[in-house]
Amino acid sequence: MATITLDKVRKVYAGTMEAVKGVSIDIADGEFIVLVGPSGCGKSTLLRMIAGLEEITTGEVKIGERVVNKIDPADRDIAMVFQNYALYPHMTVYNNLAYGLKNRGMPKAEIDKRVKEAARILEIDDYLDRKPRALSGGQRQRVAMGRAIVREPATFLFDEPLSNLDAKLRVQMRVEIKRLQRELGTTSVYVTHDQLEAMTLADRLVVLNKGNIEQIGAPIEVYDRPASTFVASFIGSPAMNLLDVTSDDAGLKLVTGTGLAGAASGLDRGRYTLGVRPEHLEIADGAASGEGLSLEVTVNVLEPVGAESFVYASFADGGPQIVVRVSSHARHQPGEKLYLKAMPQNVHFFDADTGKRID
Amino acid sequence: MKRVQFSSASLPYLYLLPQLAIIVIFFYWPSVQAIQSSFYLEDPFGFSSTFVGLDNYTDVLESSSYAEIARFTVVFTLLVTFLSLSLALLFAVKADAVLKGSSSYKTLLMWVYAVAPPVAGLMGVMFFDMHIGPFLKFADAVGWDFRIGLDYFDTAFAMVVISVWKQIPYNFIFFLSGLQAIPKSLREAGAIDCRSGFRRFWTITLPLLAPTAFFLLIINMTYALFDTFGIVDVVVKDKAANNPITLVYKVYMDGFRGGDIGGSSAQSVILMAVVFVLTIFQFRFIERRVHYN
Repeated sequence: MATITLDKVRKVYAGTMEAVKGVSIDIADGEFIVLVGPSGCGKSTLLRMIAGLEEITTGEVKIGERVVNKIDPADRDIAMVFQNYALYPHMTVYNNLAYGLKNRGMPKAEIDKRVKEAARILEIDDYLDRKPRALSGGQRQRVAMGRAIVREPATFLFDEPLSNLDAKLRVQMRVEIKRLQRELGTTSVYVTHDQLEAMTLADRLVVLNKGNIEQIGAPIEVYDRPASTFVASFIGSPAMNLLDVTSDDAGLKLVTGTGLAGAASGLDRGRYTLGVRPEHLEIADGAASGEGLSLEVTVNVLEPVGAESFVYASFADGGPQIVVRVSSHARHQPGEKLYLKAMPQNVHFFDADTGKRID
Repeated sequence: MKRVQFSSASLPYLYLLPQLAIIVIFFYWPSVQAIQSSFYLEDPFGFSSTFVGLDNYTDVLESSSYAEIARFTVVFTLLVTFLSLSLALLFAVKADAVLKGSSSYKTLLMWVYAVAPPVAGLMGVMFFDMHIGPFLKFADAVGWDFRIGLDYFDTAFAMVVISVWKQIPYNFIFFLSGLQAIPKSLREAGAIDCRSGFRRFWTITLPLLAPTAFFLLIINMTYALFDTFGIVDVVVKDKAANNPITLVYKVYMDGFRGGDIGGSSAQSVILMAVVFVLTIFQFRFIERRVHYN
């Protein structure tokens, strides 16, 4: 059990390519942190710096009270689960689990006890004598987890561990990882590009973009109050609708010209990005009245996904397409006119230039 | 593997024909001839031959000089195989670990492979030459009176060094590509599980290289036994005298210099049998321990 502290951690490749640009995070003991972002955002590099597989250019990584910058991966008291599992192909499942313990000079009886226990928890007892190539993807994933558990490390590091599994297995393992982490109470850092995985697993999310932290917070907090247009468009599916708007004395209007009623109170004159989630738009009976945002759009396509449907619609003067969540029973025809409404607390504004949230 | 359906049943055999023809003409036919002539005593000019049964074999196996050369061949083969494999592996591991300028290291280590064995032998002979050889200065400095072609041990030393030098690049290429085929994440998992790099090498890297190493073991044994002919020839300059030679070279000496076709054939048959047994042994007992991914 341990805390992890990242202090202005930077990674520069080949003298010029800055993959991680001064990231600071305080991770509490037993916390499950998910680093999420698109590929190339530096999330894996950050994880690998915590693991010691990547040199830290500047800054400091502390595990517990110990600065680990110069400490060997094997001595950092971490265990890592890799995307492709990285099981030793020439060793049996038992030896895969035992290898890290043997190298630490643990007595045979203790090793045996831990391996059997981990195998029992992960339900891989029956495969202990098999080589990894004789296992299915899901079983390999469990062995990889087992290899981390037997070590009883201070920290688990996960590098996209579920992305090689099929959709059904991924959901199952996701639940299992969460349960295991709760039971063991081990501080965990988990890297993924899948925002659904991030939302469901994390105690706190760290959204990364181009080597910078965009936002840190509990999943629901990040979802409800995205700190930037990047976070707004990355977290949530389908993504938040983002509209370029201008504000003047007459109120809000789209840059293309259509006026928008309501929700503009307190904004200075200027350009903004307005954000509203597809699930926060409601279909109104007629033209807008009262407070809140009102939009008038024409349906392009109705996309049923089962439990719900999404309407893709556009404004009379063109402009960006807008997505609205509707019930799965809704029957909207292309060309149909819709009036949309959103509550003021569900309308977000971002600076048009920096993309930062404006409250 | 994709299966190809041929329109005619004889077509695949037609495609195989050139390869089969080469094997039959250059391998099976001479082998059969060697076996046949090993039972005959032939006069050097090929005018007459007499069937002598196993006499050629008993002569060869009872000869003390043959036993002496066989002993040397065993030592030579083991030394060349062991040294060229282990040095190549060392270089490959080091080259694999280098990040900057690795391609120039690799090229430098590989180019020797392009040198033909007799040319390698010639370069080696000049390197060890008693008058112009740069090695002599070094030998002098440590008080070693080095005399290639005159002293048995010194000549053997030169032969081993040249043969190993010639074979390292070949092994190096295979070991390096074998090392690069090991997934990065596997090494990283190893780095987290085991602090000692030396121990990691023995428990993870080497077992994963085993298929490559096994293949190279067979190739190197064959190289040391047969392909070093050119090097031996250049070093002893056609005059074996008291110099060490390998069994293959003796086959050539007796057959083409000594004119003893029957005895020479018997020797080559014995050699064939030895290699045959050796290969079976390697596949039966060593390959079992090899993990193929």
